Amino acid sequence: MSFVQNFPFFSIIIAMFSGIVSSVLPGKAAKRLSFFAIGITTLMSAAVLAFCLGTGESYTYMMGHFPAPWGNEIRAGVLEALTALLFGIVMFLAVLGGLDYTKVDVEESKQNLFYILIDLMLSSLLALVYTNDLFTAYVFVEINTIAGCGLIMIRQKGRSMSSAIRYMIFSQLGSGLFLIGLSLLYDVTGHLLMSPAKEEVGQIMAAGIYKIPMLVILAVISVGLAIKSGLYPFHYWIPDTYGYATPTASAILSGLVSKGYIFLLIKIFYRVLGRENVIDSYLANVLFLFGVAGMLMGSIHAIAQKDTRRMIAYSSVAQIGYIYMGIGLGTQAGMVAAIFHIFSHSASKALLFISSVGLYEVSENKKDYLSLRGAGYRNPMAGIGFGVGALSMVGVPMLAGFISKLLFATSALESPHKMFITLLALAFSTVLNAIYFLRMVITLYRPSTSSEGKETEDEPIEAKKSSWNLRLAILCFIVLNLVLGMSSQPIVAAIGDGLMMFE
Amino acid sequence: MSRRRDNYENSRWMKFKRWVDGETDPLAGRMEARAYEDKKASHSSNHGRERLEDLEADTEEVLKRLPIFANGYDSVVDKGLMAFRRMYKVMSVLLCAGIIAVLLWTVSYLPVFGDAKNPDNNEVSARYIEKGLQETGAVNIVTGMILDYRAFDTFGESCVLFIASCCVLVLLRIDDASKDEHVQMRKKEAEYDRLYEPKNDIILQKCACILVPIIMIFGIYIVLNGHLSPGGGFSGGAVLGSGLILYLNAFGFQKTGRFFTQKVYQRVTLSALTFYCLAKSYSFFTGANHLKSGIPLGTPGAILSSGLILPLNICVGLVVACTMYVFYTLFRKGGMK
Amino acid sequence: MIQHIFLNLEEAVSVILFGIGFTMLLLHQNLIKKIMGMNIMDTAVYLFLAAKGYINGRMVPIVVDGIQDASAYINPVPSGLVLTGIVVSVSTTALMLALTIRLYERYGSLSLDQILTQIKEEERA
Repeated sequence: MSFVQNFPFFSIIIAMFSGIVSSVLPGKAAKRLSFFAIGITTLMSAAVLAFCLGTGESYTYMMGHFPAPWGNEIRAGVLEALTALLFGIVMFLAVLGGLDYTKVDVEESKQNLFYILIDLMLSSLLALVYTNDLFTAYVFVEINTIAGCGLIMIRQKGRSMSSAIRYMIFSQLGSGLFLIGLSLLYDVTGHLLMSPAKEEVGQIMAAGIYKIPMLVILAVISVGLAIKSGLYPFHYWIPDTYGYATPTASAILSGLVSKGYIFLLIKIFYRVLGRENVIDSYLANVLFLFGVAGMLMGSIHAIAQKDTRRMIAYSSVAQIGYIYMGIGLGTQAGMVAAIFHIFSHSASKALLFISSVGLYEVSENKKDYLSLRGAGYRNPMAGIGFGVGALSMVGVPMLAGFISKLLFATSALESPHKMFITLLALAFSTVLNAIYFLRMVITLYRPSTSSEGKETEDEPIEAKKSSWNLRLAILCFIVLNLVLGMSSQPIVAAIGDGLMMFE
Repeated sequence: MSRRRDNYENSRWMKFKRWVDGETDPLAGRMEARAYEDKKASHSSNHGRERLEDLEADTEEVLKRLPIFANGYDSVVDKGLMAFRRMYKVMSVLLCAGIIAVLLWTVSYLPVFGDAKNPDNNEVSARYIEKGLQETGAVNIVTGMILDYRAFDTFGESCVLFIASCCVLVLLRIDDASKDEHVQMRKKEAEYDRLYEPKNDIILQKCACILVPIIMIFGIYIVLNGHLSPGGGFSGGAVLGSGLILYLNAFGFQKTGRFFTQKVYQRVTLSALTFYCLAKSYSFFTGANHLKSGIPLGTPGAILSSGLILPLNICVGLVVACTMYVFYTLFRKGGMK
Repeated sequence: MIQHIFLNLEEAVSVILFGIGFTMLLLHQNLIKKIMGMNIMDTAVYLFLAAKGYINGRMVPIVVDGIQDASAYINPVPSGLVLTGIVVSVSTTALMLALTIRLYERYGSLSLDQILTQIKEEERA
């Protein structure tokens, strides 16, 4: 066994251990430890990715002395490593970019608690990505939920606390459904580890017994995870949570947490319930319809918003709709497109949240998007960052969002029944995206001769520079977006390989 | 008949219905007011009286600002709102019935209760039972399973508890440096609560004198025998925590503060979780790399047996006991100071 | 079908409780009752799991007199899952209660609707 193969386990444990140690450290040391943990886990994920690409196959890792159906297990392959790598990068940049706001929004004496939450969030995300055991997945889903709730309410304003409790309520609904689905699944298969459970599911399906329980299990698990990731009809908690948390938390929640659940759902589809069964059960069609509805309704809600961050949050609803639409297409290509969109959305949405902070700084922290007029001149870096993120969401070539839209469109051609709706929805949604994102970008670059016309005319526009960490984070996010957009070929190929390894 | 209709509003059913609807609070206006009066009367000779009056004035102000005390529990009566509420109730009943119907439909196809041939009684549980004693050294098969076969889940579970306690700390710990007005308000209330420590309730104290040692010994017994009999770290820890809470209630924060402070809590949790983390990492690492773990399992049935399970149970027990106690102190007055 | 439900009475009861808890958590206005609903829902799942582990006429899975035959004891796996689940449920309950306390202190109400309307009024002011 090569030493690199230990890395997934190491990265989970390191993240968790640094969280535990941070409980006695002062805020600054906790911050450094957190950066160290995120950095080293990201490097480890990269090493695992290189290893898996080298060997061309995935491997399972025993958590203890007992083999598969008895002991816990984690599993690493190309797709897991790639996702973990991307999650690590986005997390690092999100924490880096929101550093100044973390200092302001979190009480001095509770800084270390914030970094505990970050560390444990990282470890739970990694565990969700790498897990090969359903019950482990449930436990880490809960850690993820609680850490997410902590990140929302750490700001301790009334609004963030009310949104935290709504987030908790919806997450608990999702967890409850997920847990009962797991129990039912355990009841009919007798296994909790993914690989033996899948064999058992195959036998059950072949024998034709437990048809109805299997259908309900499929529905309950999908609905549970869909509620947690904020698919359209269950999206009520999204705008408040993303709109009122501290910037790092918004970026992490929108970019990573919901994606972690979707990744888990895809993993369960492939590794437990079987892709064919999902498609045969028409559940894929339901997810597809909800996804399409989310794409359109999310964008329409976003257009109606005046508050910038709420607008970005509603746009997340639309983007999660895209991902579920890809899953719902039911083809390999659709799944690849969905996973690529997970990546491109986490890169762009985190960029939007982080750079909108830079724009607020120079606009007296007003939330209304009209007051951001001319902010693109006052804070050039944030303006460019926001522009790149917005254009990527709209789907301008060379950026990440374009590739995912292209992949969605090409995958739609493969499934004749859904082709028309998919293409139509894509077109409509792109137009709607363009309306609100371009409206924002144009506002940013309009010279700020506002109707009051008082401050900006006499005083020269001060090009206030944000702190170095915010600018660095924005720059790295832009680079990440460009990388995803321009050299997408190997990434798409890797996703395809990874999905093959899932089966 | 007419009399019955008069009393209809006060009938038990209507009271129950109002309470279910959340319109009345059976304790509103009774509990808090009397408590304040009692304190004023019994402590009139207290040297902290002036301070107390200050605090009371503050508290009253605070209470007035809460709408519950300002205009009671009545909610706004509005035709549209009422119609919406009725719809809401109907919809909730329908939803509930729908979920139950679907799940009952599923249950009717599930394997029969208590049948030995069910799919979940397969080779997995068979091995846990047949070889558990040799492989983990634990007589209690469930403990052997959760702390050895499926230890990663259990480690995650301790982390859930740890992170929940962190979140509660964020929400409820009162820090002196905090500038938020609500936190200041809570600080005042906490001081008010602390002014009469200990409560000197003789019945409570005598009972606690007898009960606390028994509870503590019982808790320690459960923790230490987790691998031999029903119980283990979590249940034993919960018992220990409740013993601590009883002691605190009887004798006040000054007594408990002598041996249990914020620092003690932090150190105990840190060392327990660190040991847990390192021990389990060692066993995961050796297991995955097919190395011998080299930890003796001892003779099954002896108290010092079953390898890492006993120390892990002690760690979990410590973490749980501390966390339960800290939850209590945080909920009551925002910290242990 | 009805007959089968009676054979699976424990599971049937637990899913009914699950439905009740789920609806309470989703639709009740009062935060404390929402939390109760959440606990009912979780406990219902534990009842379901515990029922799944039971086998007629067998003992608890603690080795007695050195008998190590799989036909002597009930299935230990669901019991372990319930243990883990209980801890998770305790943690989430504590967190939800702490949030409720803070919201009540601030807005003086346990009704989520009232809290949200107050927040909106505050923002308008």
